[in-house]
Amino acid sequence: MSLPPYAAFLGLIEEPGETAPLYLLPFTIGVTGRPGFLHGGALGGLLEMAAIGALKQALGAVEARIKPINVTVDYMRGGRDKPTYARGTVTRLGNRIANVEAFAWQDEPERPIAAARMNFLILRQE
Amino acid sequence: MADPAYPVFDPERFFAMRFGGHGGDLGIEYVSHGEDWAELALPYHERLIGDPDSGVLASGPILSLMDMATSCGVWLKLGTFNPHATLDLRIDYLRPATPGKTVIGRGQCYRLTRSIAFVRGQAHDGDPDDPLAHVAGTFMSPGGYR
Repeated sequence: MSLPPYAAFLGLIEEPGETAPLYLLPFTIGVTGRPGFLHGGALGGLLEMAAIGALKQALGAVEARIKPINVTVDYMRGGRDKPTYARGTVTRLGNRIANVEAFAWQDEPERPIAAARMNFLILRQE
Repeated sequence: MADPAYPVFDPERFFAMRFGGHGGDLGIEYVSHGEDWAELALPYHERLIGDPDSGVLASGPILSLMDMATSCGVWLKLGTFNPHATLDLRIDYLRPATPGKTVIGRGQCYRLTRSIAFVRGQAHDGDPDDPLAHVAGTFMSPGGYR
């Protein structure tokens, strides 16, 4: 799966996964908010990329364009100066709409630092 | 409203003085402000593209822009800088940003309690009556806003 320029700007690394790709965001000055902490926007960007990646994998060979309708991000813990991981889960893949969740963590997946819910519009090519 | 022990929050100075960081790398700049709102600009740049086929900006930079604009709205309403954390942020992507155009984000703090700030805002790329994103969210101050 090819990543857009914004993913390269964040420094994202994508690794294939069984259900959805895993994304790694290394901690750099470029994703820092207040000193020593990950910026909430960069964390939101990571979650959005993870949600999009999960949806693209779920669509597989289906020819479709996807458009984000909205995103809700919950910030649970401050992101510290270490790598952050994220993965998305497609909750429902409909004909026109997809509901996708994504979680981000640093130490253990069981201790998420942030979560996102996204709704997408799917434009299937006939 | 401002505590005399703390300097009055000045977003223009805040953006002129800040270190690199995510906002600096995105190229986010100060535009204007009022007593409970701030307007910031996100100039278009190729490296922020989310869809290479259309050249449309990724949604992540717009999320960052609105997080910062609403944050500034809180510090303006409060009168001083206060380190706080985003609790949640919801964005409706009303339409794609026009490739090549600067995105303007306006964030307002419409309610400030002891520990929670409630914010809202909109983003557009030239015409405020044709918004491209709408945002609602909350911030929390670990030490309390007042």
